[in-house]
Amino acid sequence: MIEVIVITGRTTDQGMTIDEKLSNDYMKAVCYCEMNERDMSVIGVNEGDRVKIKTEFGEVVLYAKKAVTKDLELPEGVVFIPMGPYANQVVGKSNGSGTPQYKGIKGYVEATQEDVKPVEELIRVVK
Amino acid sequence: MKNAICTFCGNVCDDIEFDGTVGKNLCPIGEAKFAAKRRMEAPTIEGEKVSYEEAIERAAEILVNAKRPLLYGWASTVNEAIKLGVILAEKLGGIYDQCSSVCHAPSTLAMIEEGIPGGTLGQAKNRADVIVFWGCNPVEAHPRHPSRYSVMARGFLTKGRQYRHIVVVDVRKTATAYLATEFYQIKPGYDFAVFTALRSIVNGHEDAVPDEVGGLSKEKLKELADVLMDGKYGVIFYGLGLTHSRGQDRNVECIVKLVQTLNRQTRYILQPMRGHFNVVGAGAVAAWEAGYEYAIDFSRGYPRFSPSEFTAVEALLRKDCDAALIVASDPAAHFPKKAVERLAEIPVIQIDPHPNVTTLLADIVIPSAIVGIEAEGTVYRMDGIPLRVKKLRETEYWSDYQILRLMLDKVIQMKGE
Repeated sequence: MIEVIVITGRTTDQGMTIDEKLSNDYMKAVCYCEMNERDMSVIGVNEGDRVKIKTEFGEVVLYAKKAVTKDLELPEGVVFIPMGPYANQVVGKSNGSGTPQYKGIKGYVEATQEDVKPVEELIRVVK
Repeated sequence: MKNAICTFCGNVCDDIEFDGTVGKNLCPIGEAKFAAKRRMEAPTIEGEKVSYEEAIERAAEILVNAKRPLLYGWASTVNEAIKLGVILAEKLGGIYDQCSSVCHAPSTLAMIEEGIPGGTLGQAKNRADVIVFWGCNPVEAHPRHPSRYSVMARGFLTKGRQYRHIVVVDVRKTATAYLATEFYQIKPGYDFAVFTALRSIVNGHEDAVPDEVGGLSKEKLKELADVLMDGKYGVIFYGLGLTHSRGQDRNVECIVKLVQTLNRQTRYILQPMRGHFNVVGAGAVAAWEAGYEYAIDFSRGYPRFSPSEFTAVEALLRKDCDAALIVASDPAAHFPKKAVERLAEIPVIQIDPHPNVTTLLADIVIPSAIVGIEAEGTVYRMDGIPLRVKKLRETEYWSDYQILRLMLDKVIQMKGE
């Protein structure tokens, strides 16, 4: 398990599937977390393996994805989750502004064998 | 039809050609928006198909019987429908809140304090020789922004990419960073500190700046300040990197102050990268009607604004609302888990063209026409420019306006006003 800062945000795939949230394409677009390659090796996961992210607000299981761009990676210790119902399992309160802090949340990441739940199941648990 | 308008993001591109099924000049997200996809067949109450009239009547009953209903969403519909929503919230003694409250609302708070040194996207296109993207990623969130309004746009005075200095500041190297002349990577949550350092340098107090701030060396900060000051006409576009991170509204206040400082020596404007195509309208219409943009409570018969109490997330977390009308939005997909848990406990009425995560929680679902494709009206682009979106094809679905008009009439009738 390593300590990380969780950030969330839009992606093109999330935008393209936003009107089809009950489809597999949407789930694929939002149920992963990008990580630095070195962080992945520290917790012993490869691309496509499952990781559990825990914060003070909750936890969620996601697929790990290597955040490698041309010459600069997502920094070590930072993970990125596309905005959506998965990210919302671990995001927090609003600190008085009324707007939740969706970026910069302290959390922990570890390898897991638990399943990534479909969107319907995440909501069924809530309901 | 030529010059159709794309109703996805705050760019509100108005050069779309649409033949009824296929659109041209669209970005990948716009193409997905205009493509055929799953729709809700008919209005439903507890999963049973009913007529529009029955669904609206039942919805009105729920809202009238609630002590303090939450009326939330509005960013993906037209101003005419939003106006009805604000009036409905007033008649019901409920809360009006809109998508900004999980997005750019801290910008509104900052602008209440500081004002905004604003402009239009046309000014960015035609004049800007320095363009900064701070904590935003238009390549993925507003894909045609770089070509229509900023990076590559061929303007009247600034003719294209080679005449512009593009700066990207972010905590990760985004797709937008690859368009930059220079990319500055800062540490998450250090925007305020970096703005403060830049203000000091621009004000001639670089001696007050330590060797490193937020992951940038003093040398890098001086280089960035020089780039900013060298601009004849600069535009800073910023995104949720500021409003969703530590500091929130204070980050935006600080960037406004940086722009004010820059304006003492050159000309700069600031523009938030607004997400949904009419999220500006969802705030502006409420401000005409009630004086505030979001988080408005009408339970005392007059509007009160208090973001830490009356944003949708706060009202849900505090259990201060006992029914919800969700229009053109998907809070179950975009609110923190605890707020969604409360939404699942109360009666939820949804008006939306497409089934989404909120549909899974909704007791009454009223399908609507897609704004800009099947329904017309007025929307505000991210810079406040009003555009008339068109009806491009016929539909059996009622528009948001039609649905809300009947709902308001029913509510007025039930309350005997």
